[in-house]
Amino acid sequence: MQWETVIGLEVHVQLATRSKIFSGASTAFGAEPNSQACAVDLGLPGVLPVLNEQAVAMAVQFGLGIHAEIPEVSVFDRKNYFYPDLPKGYQTSQMYQPIVGPGEVEITLDEGATKRIRVHHAHLEEDAGKSLHEDFHGMTGIDLNRAGTPLLEIVSEPDMRSAKEAAAYLKAIHSIVTYLGISDGNMAEGSMRCDVNVSVRPAGQEAFGTRAEIKNVNSFRFVERAIEFEVERQIELIEDGGEVVQETRLFDPEADETRSMRTKEEANDYRYFPCPDLLPVVLDQAYVDHLRDTLPELPADKRARFENEFGLSAYDAGVLSASRAMAEYFERVKEVCGDAKQAANWVQGELSGALNREGLTIADSPVSADRLGELIVRVLDDTINGKAAKQVFQALWHGEGDSADAIIEAKGLKQVTDTGAIESMIDQVIEDSPVQVAQYRDAEPEKRGKMIGYFVGQVMKASRGTANPQQVNAMLKDKLDALC
Amino acid sequence: MHDKTLTELAAGLRAGEFSSRELTQDLLGRIDRLDGRLNSFITVTADQALATADQADATRAAGEAGPLTGLPLALKDIFCTRDVKTSCGSRMLDNFAAPYDAGIVERLANAGTVSLGKTNMDEFAMGSSNENSFYGPVKNPWDFDAVPGGSSGGSAAAVAAGLVPAAMGTDTGGSIRQPAAFCGITGLKPTYGRVSRYGMIAYASSLDQAGPMARSAEDCAHLLGAVAGHDVRDSTCVARGVPDYAADLDAPLSGLKIGLPTEYFGDGLDPAVASAVREAIKVYESLGATVMDVSLPHTHYAIPAYYVIAPAEASSNLSRYDGVRFGHRCEDPTDLVDLYKRSRAEGFGEEVKRRILIGTHTLSEGFFDAYYKKAQQVRRLIRQDFLDAFDEVDVLMGPASPTPAFDLGANKDPVSMYLQDIYTIAVNLAGIPGISVPAGFSGNRPIGLQILGTHFAEARLLNVAHQFQQATDWHLRRPAFAEESA
Repeated sequence: MQWETVIGLEVHVQLATRSKIFSGASTAFGAEPNSQACAVDLGLPGVLPVLNEQAVAMAVQFGLGIHAEIPEVSVFDRKNYFYPDLPKGYQTSQMYQPIVGPGEVEITLDEGATKRIRVHHAHLEEDAGKSLHEDFHGMTGIDLNRAGTPLLEIVSEPDMRSAKEAAAYLKAIHSIVTYLGISDGNMAEGSMRCDVNVSVRPAGQEAFGTRAEIKNVNSFRFVERAIEFEVERQIELIEDGGEVVQETRLFDPEADETRSMRTKEEANDYRYFPCPDLLPVVLDQAYVDHLRDTLPELPADKRARFENEFGLSAYDAGVLSASRAMAEYFERVKEVCGDAKQAANWVQGELSGALNREGLTIADSPVSADRLGELIVRVLDDTINGKAAKQVFQALWHGEGDSADAIIEAKGLKQVTDTGAIESMIDQVIEDSPVQVAQYRDAEPEKRGKMIGYFVGQVMKASRGTANPQQVNAMLKDKLDALC
Repeated sequence: MHDKTLTELAAGLRAGEFSSRELTQDLLGRIDRLDGRLNSFITVTADQALATADQADATRAAGEAGPLTGLPLALKDIFCTRDVKTSCGSRMLDNFAAPYDAGIVERLANAGTVSLGKTNMDEFAMGSSNENSFYGPVKNPWDFDAVPGGSSGGSAAAVAAGLVPAAMGTDTGGSIRQPAAFCGITGLKPTYGRVSRYGMIAYASSLDQAGPMARSAEDCAHLLGAVAGHDVRDSTCVARGVPDYAADLDAPLSGLKIGLPTEYFGDGLDPAVASAVREAIKVYESLGATVMDVSLPHTHYAIPAYYVIAPAEASSNLSRYDGVRFGHRCEDPTDLVDLYKRSRAEGFGEEVKRRILIGTHTLSEGFFDAYYKKAQQVRRLIRQDFLDAFDEVDVLMGPASPTPAFDLGANKDPVSMYLQDIYTIAVNLAGIPGISVPAGFSGNRPIGLQILGTHFAEARLLNVAHQFQQATDWHLRRPAFAEESA
């Protein structure tokens, strides 16, 4: 039987506010346990939450970024359950009236095709703390530094049909939130996590199958793998005459499988009700308009502009707009060198290669966009040839000089275009290669084209790479043909 | 000194008749001698009080005293006090000292007042008799067989017995006004949002409000002025200017329109209470007020609505007492669930557990719409009843409680206890202010007249109450206990 996979994602994005969503404690990552938990975060008696305005602004920016409805009023609710790292015994969240209404996210698939994934809503909530099960001699340690960190939970419609689409969606969300600067998007530190709802149904069937929810998947790769495993598990289960049960599962990246955590019957009744300590959030139109007016250009718009304005291929435009840092770098290179295609080639080629080799992100690139742009200028104005340019890039990368020009100068890489100089090098090579010259002369004229490569190589070597290869080629051909 | 009002004591301090230290010492001595029989205090902070009194005297000597500098008072043990135990009347918090002061505690300290300690109360403010305290019941100074009312029973009894001239209480469904009525003192529940809830341990967050309990409306005016106003740490605390509540106390009442809610004079009202209230109304008429009947048609829904909303909020508010970070923890828990279950089973008293269960049930899936949502709809109707009434009249008057103080142990059945709050509870649901003033006796047990105003009409309420106290002397009566043991 043909099966269709149906996937919906709940993505939790940690917002990059300086302080927590309901308290003044810092949100910085990696501090000593419980050093960033104030009385509010600890849930001490008598303390009250005060909403962080920055978290609201960031949520609204996200909503605007996915062209969502922004309701005038949103309300915080309490989600009640007991857990040691949930200090108040409830999580303050938004159940009934979220801050961001329906919107949509465009994803790009491998073939460059795009698809729209609908977002059901996004809501603000506070994160819980962390339970530490090691090093406490059979007891559990509680670190509440993370408690109260603002999260934006983005809930998609079940619009994805493959693990690849789910990963592309997650990447698109990642790209939007980092473009907006509302999250650092650092998945390793848990700044973005997602719960994946997966079900399968016979192709052509309208009704959804029973879904399983895979909790807390924290990388693009794990999302794909978790879905692939889960889809296979569900199909096998059904084909063997079994039934998928609605349950929560955990993905274990070590074992590369999902495991049952709790079934629907064991699920908590969260007893949601409006939080009486917080007033409804009322957004006036002017506030929303202001945020809309100051929104940065988002990935989809940027991609379209790169294609239309710069004439880049859909693929190049997609890669270069994938992250805000990448796009800003590329645009700066383009601005300095004036040639979008060259800029695109260099950023995706030499630069990305070097970054990947050393495991760096573009933000950490030792070669700034300005330096790279200046280097490209020297290629474009024929000061250096392509081979020398790669040498200059490597030198810049390793900090051997402050600018492309300084390195060209120091290394003597300036392209030789002086006909006299090239001519004397050619004459020398011809004189030193009597055998090859004889072979050339004896060859059929149509085979000579290939044989000229040897002489070009020798001349380039003699010039230590600085001769203009096209010029060398043309002059050699004239000289050799004159000898025939 | 013990039977004077705050206003009189302030004058004495200003005139140098006595120092704050002398006053404080005198009252600490009375607490020491008398409170064993009354049980109105959970914690007495004698050393801290004397040190604060000395500072107050120094401030006065330096010519920098404010109107409340050096005046002693007590705090209901629901207000967090830095490094001093805040039990909320519960075993759960018997070992808890907050690392911060509540908003009102800060303000009262900044005003130079001297806190003598923390007063007894029904556990987590749940009760109408002060019988639900881990620290034992409080006696009514007028009659030791009677309850002082609740939940701010310790505060009311301490003021009535002359242990402190004033105390701060909290009122979620009548917890200031009803004990004030039972103990023959004046108690004001301000408009919801008038006074910061920061550092006040939550029972039902949308209803809780702190307010003063004292020997006169004038005293309440001064205390309210000190504690009212915006606090950025409480999102529900309203950013609105604080008037001088004492400024218009003497305004004449001619032309005042008083509404008598017919629903507040129906079945179940004790005849002595009814008659005392009617007499009080006559006094107002003699002061130039006009009286008309009004209707608050949804009154009979107030208790059911309250007992859905308040327990719902409480069930969530009290989830933090789980034995993990602070408060009572059971011995040798075997696992997490055991830790939760036994810590909470041991830490909470019966009434608190009952309300947690009610609230947990009404918020449960499948019941939420029928209970919580419906109760919120009723709440809006109740609020509208009051707003409609205030289109017609300036204030509403009626009894604070259907009966005078009842006997200790008399209300064993929770529902009959809940019905005690019939006249006070709707006020919290509507968020309006209310004040209870002494208006007579039934035998030796005081009777309270309740006066209600529209949102933020505290100044008007205090004026109306003060004028009554200028014309009557009910508020000047002191229980024999306070006098014979002087």
